[in-house]
Amino acid sequence: MNMRLLPKSFVYIALLLGSLAVAFPLLYTLSTSLMSEAESAVYPPPLLPEAINLSNFAKVIDTIPVLTFIGNSLIVSIAIMLGQIVTASLAAYAFAFLRFPGKTLLFSLFLATMMIPWEVIMIPNYLTVKSLNWLDTYQGLIVPFLATAFGTFLLRQTFLQLPKELFEAARVDGCGHVRIFLKMVLPLSIPGIATLGVYSFLNNWNMYLWPLLTTNRVEMRTVQIGIGMLQFEEMNSWNLILSGVLLLLLPSLLLLALGLKPLVRGITAGALKG
Amino acid sequence: MIMEKEFTLPSPGHSLTPSVSEAQASNETKPVSIKKTKRKEIMLAYACLAPSLLIFGLFLFYPLLKSVYLSLFLTDPQGRVAEFVGMDNFREILTSEMFYKSFGNTLLFILLTVPTGIAAAVLLAALTHNKLKGMKVFRFIFSLPMAVSVGTGSMIWMILYHPTLGVLNYFLSLVGTQPIQWLTDPKWAMISIALMTVWMNLGFNYILMLSGMQGVSEDIYDSTKIDGSGPFRTFFRITMPLISPTLFFTSVVSVIGAFQAFGQINILTKGGPMNSTNVMVFNIYQDAFVNFRFGIGSAQALILFAIILLLTVFQFKFVEKKVHYQ
Repeated sequence: MNMRLLPKSFVYIALLLGSLAVAFPLLYTLSTSLMSEAESAVYPPPLLPEAINLSNFAKVIDTIPVLTFIGNSLIVSIAIMLGQIVTASLAAYAFAFLRFPGKTLLFSLFLATMMIPWEVIMIPNYLTVKSLNWLDTYQGLIVPFLATAFGTFLLRQTFLQLPKELFEAARVDGCGHVRIFLKMVLPLSIPGIATLGVYSFLNNWNMYLWPLLTTNRVEMRTVQIGIGMLQFEEMNSWNLILSGVLLLLLPSLLLLALGLKPLVRGITAGALKG
Repeated sequence: MIMEKEFTLPSPGHSLTPSVSEAQASNETKPVSIKKTKRKEIMLAYACLAPSLLIFGLFLFYPLLKSVYLSLFLTDPQGRVAEFVGMDNFREILTSEMFYKSFGNTLLFILLTVPTGIAAAVLLAALTHNKLKGMKVFRFIFSLPMAVSVGTGSMIWMILYHPTLGVLNYFLSLVGTQPIQWLTDPKWAMISIALMTVWMNLGFNYILMLSGMQGVSEDIYDSTKIDGSGPFRTFFRITMPLISPTLFFTSVVSVIGAFQAFGQINILTKGGPMNSTNVMVFNIYQDAFVNFRFGIGSAQALILFAIILLLTVFQFKFVEKKVHYQ
């Protein structure tokens, strides 16, 4: 439906219905998280709280270590994100600007890594991390993810779109690769790097299976695993569960609000036209 | 550094510079030996690739080989190899009812989530792909599920799906329908998991579709307007073919993603009731990390890998032919 050819009112009605359906689970979460315990247990379920009740958030923070979970997830997600930006931009520079034997072969090798689902190799990886004594540690959660084929392609694509004449001029002036990389390529590619950053952060923040396997101690749990504690500790007070959920959602909601634009642009440039 | 010096040879490029050592002293401002530059470039390239290759080697290629190795053995609960059994693990899997059940469940899950997820994303993207007022707000709302992870999403839907107090059954009672045992009825459990998954993935699929549509040139729409083509005709004849690369990419990614679904199943149903939501990855997880049968788990993981690989190759070989690249 090429919507500009339909009556405006029809488009808006459809949009409102669609938004209601998509946002309902989140609006319900927000609304319930502000209710008192009595209110949230009533049937039929009220859709809006009678009064705004912020004490739930304090109570959740007292009941389960929400802040520890958020802290762990932040440490892990940011470390992986920065690491991936470093490894991917280095590899992308080599693929974009350097000539070396085995380039095609290595490039296909990178391509091949995208075909291996993490679930297929989780058993040996778990055994590796266990034998390194990395269970319940940050390095166990971080190191296996420090390279990214998707990010390498994305940045290679970004680098190749930079004006070539600029680098040729710099080479003629005697600029070495290191200086070109640090002083020209990286600063000019900030939009692409931002895309990778947002994408990587959201992915890391949402990781579930690997932290489930490799962390046991409560202090090492990430948000996604820690949230399961709500299920057992507070099964009967939905207002508390959902205020916990809301707290754990906040960082990624914030990032989405800030990073939606580079994400949309980058996905178009990297994934589809690559 | 010493090595590089040894390989420096005089070359025609140097006839203008008084001596090689002086050229080096003036620090790259004058042309150096081509061979040396080449060698340097190669070394630099490998140095740039080394960190990625190291991680891929240790945590991707080595474990892939180790999976093959483990799949041929029985292991103790510590993951140590106990006894060589050859193809026995594979034989056991391929004759077990549970494997076929979980394979069927996975296919059902793909069928329930991928077409619906893409259709919903296309519809919402088409609705917001215009220059009307307020589109920014709607675009943000439709991308919202992207911020929802499998952990938080599952907790929200567990409450929505509650059989007696849940708001979904309350809505059903308003329209006079019997309540549904969303997660505990074997007939409904997979549908419930799929519904929640479609919602959770909608944000990413929507962003993909929207950026695909934004990539289509405005001129094409203008000319269809002049031709008097109606909205539905324009959509199916013009927009759909032009965004077919996006559709193709999204379906490949969605199918692979659906094969990997685990979190929502582990939180909401634990594979039940009556194994109706026991998908392949959940089955692997059970075998390897609950029953500590790493050999069987690895064999199953390899079978899963082979299936995903075959399906992806199939998609690229046959489906991509119908994709219209500009």
